[in-house]
Amino acid sequence: MNAQPPEDQEQLTLSAREVEHGERLLYRLTEFGRLLWESGINVGPHQLLDVAETLNAIDITNQEDFYHTLKCSLITRHEQEPIFEQMFYYFWSMRSKVDKKGENANDKGMKREERQMRLPPSERKRLAEHLKTSESRKELRGEMRPTERKQTAEEDIGDSENDQGDPQGTAYSAIEQLRKKDFENFTWEEVQEAKRLMAEMHWNLGQRSTRRKAPARSGSYPDMRRMVRHNLKYGAEMIELTWREIKQKPRPLVIICDISGSMSLYSRLLLHFIHTISNGLLNVETFVFGTRLTRITRQLKRRDVDDAVRDVSKSVQDWSGGTRIGDALHYFNYHWARRVLGRGAVVLIISDGWDRGDADTLRVEMDRLQHSCHRLIWLNPLLGSPDYRPLTIGMKTSLPFIDDFVPSHNLDSLISLGHLLSNIDDSRPNRSTSARRKAVSAWSNRTKRP
Amino acid sequence: MEQAQFSQLNKFATIEDVQQAMFSQHYIADRSLATAVFLSLKRRKPLLLEGEPGVGKTEIAKVLSALLNTRLIRLQCYEGIDVNTAVYEWNYTRQMLHIRMLEASEVNRQDEMKEIFGPDFLMQRPLLQAIDPNNTTPPVLLIDELDRSDEEFEAYLLELLSDFQITIPEIGTIQAKEPPFVIITSNRTREIHDALRRRCLYYWIDYPTLEKEYQIILTRMPEAPERLSQQVTKFVHELRSLELYKAPGISETLDWMSSLLALDQQELTEGAVRDSLGALLKYQDDLLKIGGLDIGKIIQKLRGAS
Repeated sequence: MNAQPPEDQEQLTLSAREVEHGERLLYRLTEFGRLLWESGINVGPHQLLDVAETLNAIDITNQEDFYHTLKCSLITRHEQEPIFEQMFYYFWSMRSKVDKKGENANDKGMKREERQMRLPPSERKRLAEHLKTSESRKELRGEMRPTERKQTAEEDIGDSENDQGDPQGTAYSAIEQLRKKDFENFTWEEVQEAKRLMAEMHWNLGQRSTRRKAPARSGSYPDMRRMVRHNLKYGAEMIELTWREIKQKPRPLVIICDISGSMSLYSRLLLHFIHTISNGLLNVETFVFGTRLTRITRQLKRRDVDDAVRDVSKSVQDWSGGTRIGDALHYFNYHWARRVLGRGAVVLIISDGWDRGDADTLRVEMDRLQHSCHRLIWLNPLLGSPDYRPLTIGMKTSLPFIDDFVPSHNLDSLISLGHLLSNIDDSRPNRSTSARRKAVSAWSNRTKRP
Repeated sequence: MEQAQFSQLNKFATIEDVQQAMFSQHYIADRSLATAVFLSLKRRKPLLLEGEPGVGKTEIAKVLSALLNTRLIRLQCYEGIDVNTAVYEWNYTRQMLHIRMLEASEVNRQDEMKEIFGPDFLMQRPLLQAIDPNNTTPPVLLIDELDRSDEEFEAYLLELLSDFQITIPEIGTIQAKEPPFVIITSNRTREIHDALRRRCLYYWIDYPTLEKEYQIILTRMPEAPERLSQQVTKFVHELRSLELYKAPGISETLDWMSSLLALDQQELTEGAVRDSLGALLKYQDDLLKIGGLDIGKIIQKLRGAS
């Protein structure tokens, strides 16, 4: 760092009042950073320091410039712009008016204290569990049907009698049974057990060859740099050969999950499943849909699964409503496909195929989706029952565009999904050309309509 | 960080100066964009530009290099880009020839061998060129379409962008005398990592407003008839309000405009629009969708409005 004497002198000549103003601005800036942080824009102290320095360069009495400066320094994504804008006006225009009145100075102090008292939900839950309060149980009860609740109560009694006997053996066979049982018939305890088992599952996804090369013992590309180096000792006679080989990387995974009414028995449990997948794999994007598509990747990034699921339910507005798969996929194709389907992505759709939308739309969008991803897998919880036939219009329309149609009704099916995912290789699946032709005609039908 | 010594910078004392200067290079920038550019110049921080394709992200780097009267070094990213193609590579052929020559002439080989991995045998790639201490003026470094590169390359950039130095094991650390002006663009086909975003100023370039786009056409194509420019701007805006797979950007508008000029049009007519629509829309779906509309009616509407 270079000392800058002229500026130092200038600072010395600042009046006490000006210094106070500067400090106040810094203080306000920190508060603003905190507000942004709380509303989901990740602002660190480093950035705030940086902004403070940046503000030297502009005239901060010009509110417009002040706004743009803070904006381009503090936000990092386009999606954050609306939040930032609101927070900016809330904090710098509305709050400052309130502050001037000096009414709620006490109030503010209170709030800060409260904030410190507030624990993150996961911690609170743990605390609650620890104190044996029933808060967390109550929340999860909603997942059971009333009859099952009664059952659970009965089983609870039965369990205590059966407790003798080999604990390991029973536990193992219990798990075996659990793995085969349809999610639909789960009791509350079983849901908990299933969640625990899911959390223990390990995931890996088929690899794809990247275009990068890494040094390797043997390979197809000469590593010239190492070769020259290694052979200097022989007077640059190429005696020891060194190689580079193409690097492998797991493919990205995109999950699109149906959370409409007909899926409600499964959707919460499947969310747990999705949470474990997205935390177990590197590159996972998640969307849910009923009548509209919502991206929940960020919510699922939270470590604690219950926090994550709670966050998801807050941000999703169409739980257990109707389904329009075609429209949801249309939105996905137009707004997200280009951003998340690069690099040979595998797409996982989880839905029972009950659709109230337009079949032509669905056909067109399924076709487009299939052709823009490496592999399209459809998980259908109904497929587990032996006499299920894909007769609903939605399922019938989608079927020709699906590369793998697999069940997802019990834990076993999820485990075999794991095998399927890890076996995905570079080869392209066979795709039906007649389906494509139909899609093209559906597409021109649709565009002809006014 | 050292204070900027680069004399060209003194021209830009305020945001207005930057805006004016960009205008003189035929780039119409909002005040918000001018602020971002101004700050990036002042603070010597990389500017990360995102936005739909064709809204003028890359153009900013070109304009900037013209403004500052300095070299533009462009690094086009692609999948698999690595140190050898982006930073430096040893000239192996020359190295080996040199060794052969040394063998022939019986000079002091021990010392000469060391030179094999010296600056003479180094081939500079864009990133190394950008921070070369021998640069008389700091260049503008454009890292174009960063989203196309792999995560590994992005991680490598982190080090470069925070310290503006590159370490070559055989030679040592090379540091820029004055950091270059860095512009990074991304089309969001992959999310850029937060760590990199935090080191940059961020700006999202949106589609321009009607007035702004009209102004852009006027400055870029002063020879175009006024009526045609107005109608073209309105027509393109009409298209952007429809749901298209790929809405036309400004570069498409300009492209279309020059196609219409090549067709000797004074005003928009349905026939000319249909013939030249390919300059504006690049997907078959979109072409069919717009082709199915009553273009004559849209033009009528535009004329009525103007």
